[in-house]
This record gives sequence, C-alpha cells and structure tokens, in this order.
Amino acid sequence: MRLRFIMGEVFNGLRRNSTMALSVVLVTFVSLTFVGAAALTQMQVQQLKDAWYGRVEVSIFLCPQNSLYEQCAGGAVTVAQEDEIRAVLEEGSVADLVDEVYYETREEVYENIVAADDTGVYSQLEAEDLGPVFRVKLADPEQFQVVADATSGLSGVEEVRDQREVFDQLFAFLNAATFVAAGLAGVMMIAAVLLITTTIRLSALSRRRETTIMRMVGSSKSLIQMPFVLEGAVAATAGALLAITGLWLAARYLIEDWLTGSIAWVDYVGREDVWTVAPWLIAIAVGLAGVASFATLGRYTKA
Amino acid sequence: MIRLDNVSKVYTRGARPALDNVSVEIERGDFVFLVGSSGSGKSTFLKLILREERPTVGEVYVAGRHLNRLSSWRVPHLRREIGAVFQDFRLLPNKTVYQNVAFALQVIGKSRREIDQNVPEMLELVGLAGKERRLPHELSGGEQQRVAIARAFVNRPPILLCDEPTGNLDPGTSVGIMRLLDRINRTGTTVLMATHDDEIVDQMRKRVIELKGGHLVRDQDRGVYGLETV
Repeated sequence: MRLRFIMGEVFNGLRRNSTMALSVVLVTFVSLTFVGAAALTQMQVQQLKDAWYGRVEVSIFLCPQNSLYEQCAGGAVTVAQEDEIRAVLEEGSVADLVDEVYYETREEVYENIVAADDTGVYSQLEAEDLGPVFRVKLADPEQFQVVADATSGLSGVEEVRDQREVFDQLFAFLNAATFVAAGLAGVMMIAAVLLITTTIRLSALSRRRETTIMRMVGSSKSLIQMPFVLEGAVAATAGALLAITGLWLAARYLIEDWLTGSIAWVDYVGREDVWTVAPWLIAIAVGLAGVASFATLGRYTKA
Repeated sequence: MIRLDNVSKVYTRGARPALDNVSVEIERGDFVFLVGSSGSGKSTFLKLILREERPTVGEVYVAGRHLNRLSSWRVPHLRREIGAVFQDFRLLPNKTVYQNVAFALQVIGKSRREIDQNVPEMLELVGLAGKERRLPHELSGGEQQRVAIARAFVNRPPILLCDEPTGNLDPGTSVGIMRLLDRINRTGTTVLMATHDDEIVDQMRKRVIELKGGHLVRDQDRGVYGLETV
C-alpha cells in the first residue's frame, strides 16, 4: 500500500513538474558525463603507465668514436669501462633497484635504428658512428633518478636517458584534460544540486495541501518526505543513465572504432571501463539528490 | 482524555502570553465547546493538543501521553488518535469523495482491505452514501464538511478536534453538521469544538470553556454562548 502510494506520488510529481524534472535530468547528464570522462581519462593514463613503464627502460648510452659530448673526449668506451659500469649496476649501491641489464652492441643498435626506420633518414649512418647501449630495466621505474645519478658520472658514459620522459608530456596533457573535465563536472554538479533543490521545493510547495493533510492525520515524516526525495533521485538517476549511455557510445564508436583504427599502437580504454565507472556515476547522482533533499525538505515539509 | 495543567504559552519573549495559566480537564466522551473572540487563545489551545506547539510553562496530557515529553518522531502516533476538522474543509480538489477519505488511511499504512471496509461505512455514517465518486467542487459546503469529518473520523480516533467547522456554512446546514458531530460524540468520542456560533452553542447545551485574552474565564456544564463573564 505504502509503496504503491509512494510510487504514485513520485510519478505524479514528476509529471506535474515535468519541465523541471527534465532540466534536472539534463544537468545531471552533462555533469556526470564530465565526471565519467575524467575518470576514463585517468584510467587511460593508468593503463598506459602500466603498459609502457613495464616495457620502457633506462638507456645508458656509451661513448661512440667521435662523440660531441665533453665526457666522451677520451674516445670510444673501452671494455674495462663497460665492465665497471656493469659492476655498478649489478653489484653496486643501485643493484637493488635494477631488475635486468641488457647490453646492446653498436651493431645491434645500428640494426634497431635502421630496421625500425622506413623513412631512409638514418640510412647514411654506419655502425661505427654509434656507441653501445646498456638497457636497464628497473625494479621500480620511479627510482630512475637514483640510477641516473649513480651511472651518469662514470667514464665511458655519454648520456643516461629515461625513456619515460617521452611519455611524460602525453601524461601531462591527459592529466590537464582530467582537471578540466573534473572542474567542469564540479561546476555542473553545483548547478545540479541547486536545480534539484529548486525542483524539490516547487514540488513540495505545489503539494502543500497533501502534505498538510498527511501531517494532520498522522502519517510518518518519512512517508511525507519520501516521494520528494525519490523524485529528485529518479530524475538524477535518469541523468546518470544518459551519461553512461553517452560514455558507452563514445567508447564504442569514438575510441574502439575510430581511434583504434587510426592510431593502433595505443592500448585504449573501452566499453568495459565504462561499466566500471557506471555504478559510481549512479551513486554520485543519488548522492547529489540526497544532499539536495536534506537541504530542502526540513523547511518545506514540517512534521 | 485531555488535560492542561497551569499551561502558559508565550510566542515572543516579552509579549502578552497567548495562554496564561490555563488548567482544564476534558473526560473521555465529553462534548466541549471552546468559545472566545479572535485572539483569545482558542487556536493556541488546539495547537497545544495537536502538539503543533509546545507550552512555555505547564503540562499537557492527551490520550494518555505526556506531550511535554513526547519525542518528535512519536508525534504522528499522537495525531492518529486525534481527528481534526477545519473551517476551510481542506479537501484534495482532484480526488473524489471516496479517495479523499481513503487518503487518510492510505498515508498511515492501512491495508487495502481495511480501506475498502471502513471508507463506505464512514460515508454512510456522515450521510454521503451514493456520492463516493463526486469531486469536492461538485458538492455543497455542508457536504464538503461531511467529507472532511469522514476523513477525520475514518480511523476512529478517540478525540475529534473541530476548529470552526460551521464557520463557512449557513445556519440550516450547520445544524446538520452539529447533529453529525453529536452522533459521533455518542459513539464515545471526545469532541472539542472551537466556535463563534452562539446559536449552536445555545441550542446544544453542552459544556462551554471560554477564553478571553489567554485566560480561562468560564468552564460551565450545559452552558450557553453569551453568558455574562463570571
């Protein structure tokens, strides 16, 4: 009886107040789309870090024959120098941080560069122009600086480079995008709360006659207030569902079809990540409606 | 059934009290008129019983409950024991007669079966059998007030509070409403009716409580409206 009564009241309230309800749906939709986009961007960043940081190594470039670097003035790296560097990496103070060390000869480096290059730019290079490289895999990629400090001063080392630097700009961009999306989401969420508050207030005022009678005949406070709380929650949840649909479509058609087709070497977030975000979006929608309800109802449905 | 012990109510500090040291006891099954001009404290008296207001000083007991100590979440249970009828009927304009009366039971969680049984009985009692499907605007003022009484009484509360129930009705219609209230009183229900209607009070010859400027100036069995103040 009560449940049917509440659902009936919720339905009536939404119908009578349909333009307000629709605006709540739309504002929640937009704000939660931004929240979802921010979350997906962060998931993308994390996914890329996991995928790339595992693969990417620290490269210690050793001196080639005619290096322009000052620290290579002594000529090409010698075997003794190479052993000393390897000793530092494998037995020295940074040995704990190092997972594996590969040695690439100058011929292998040459192969990798020329083989990986189909533009012809590097075809003039000779293996003798290059130095060998230690590729170092770190146990913890964040500890790069310690390893760099320990090795960059050694003789025979031309340069120590963390290949993560290449990606840092991309991550910086994605992080900035996350901030922008989260900022817009924040503003839109404030708008959503204000709008839900107004909707509930209008709804409560337009049904003052009912609530007065309910109060008079002794219905409980929760029964009086529940339809209004639910009205806000239903409208906000509808907005969340729209946002989820929007994100799903974006994942399906923008990311999986279009981006993957044009830039295939990146591991993108996809539809299944949208499902991970979805429950949170619904929870946020219900939370927003809850905050708005309890800010409003105390004043408009006195018990 | 209703007892006020040395009750005073001050709305704003320093202002004249709306009720000043009033003590009244109303027994189960009594029919009591509450009379007095506007501003005499009648409304405050009723609000204290409904616990819409709390007394500044003194104790209020209603239906075995000490209202001073009643926590706010228990208030709905108190109100289920008090039916209330108002001058302006307060019906829901888009609900039929039947739905208006059923509403009072729905919102306190009564089952469909109880509603289907009690509402026709109550409409029969107030003399509206056959008009279940009318909307309030299709009824006369007297009929609308009967719907309001049916709604107030459908849950069979032991107390019925009426605030100027005949205030918007012509004398002939008012007599019908008073007969109905009398009939309800005879079922053992305590009826407390605030009114300005001297003719009705004079005819009914019931107990009269008169307030003047917040003071209790008369409490008389089988009283009339305009007796010289004691």
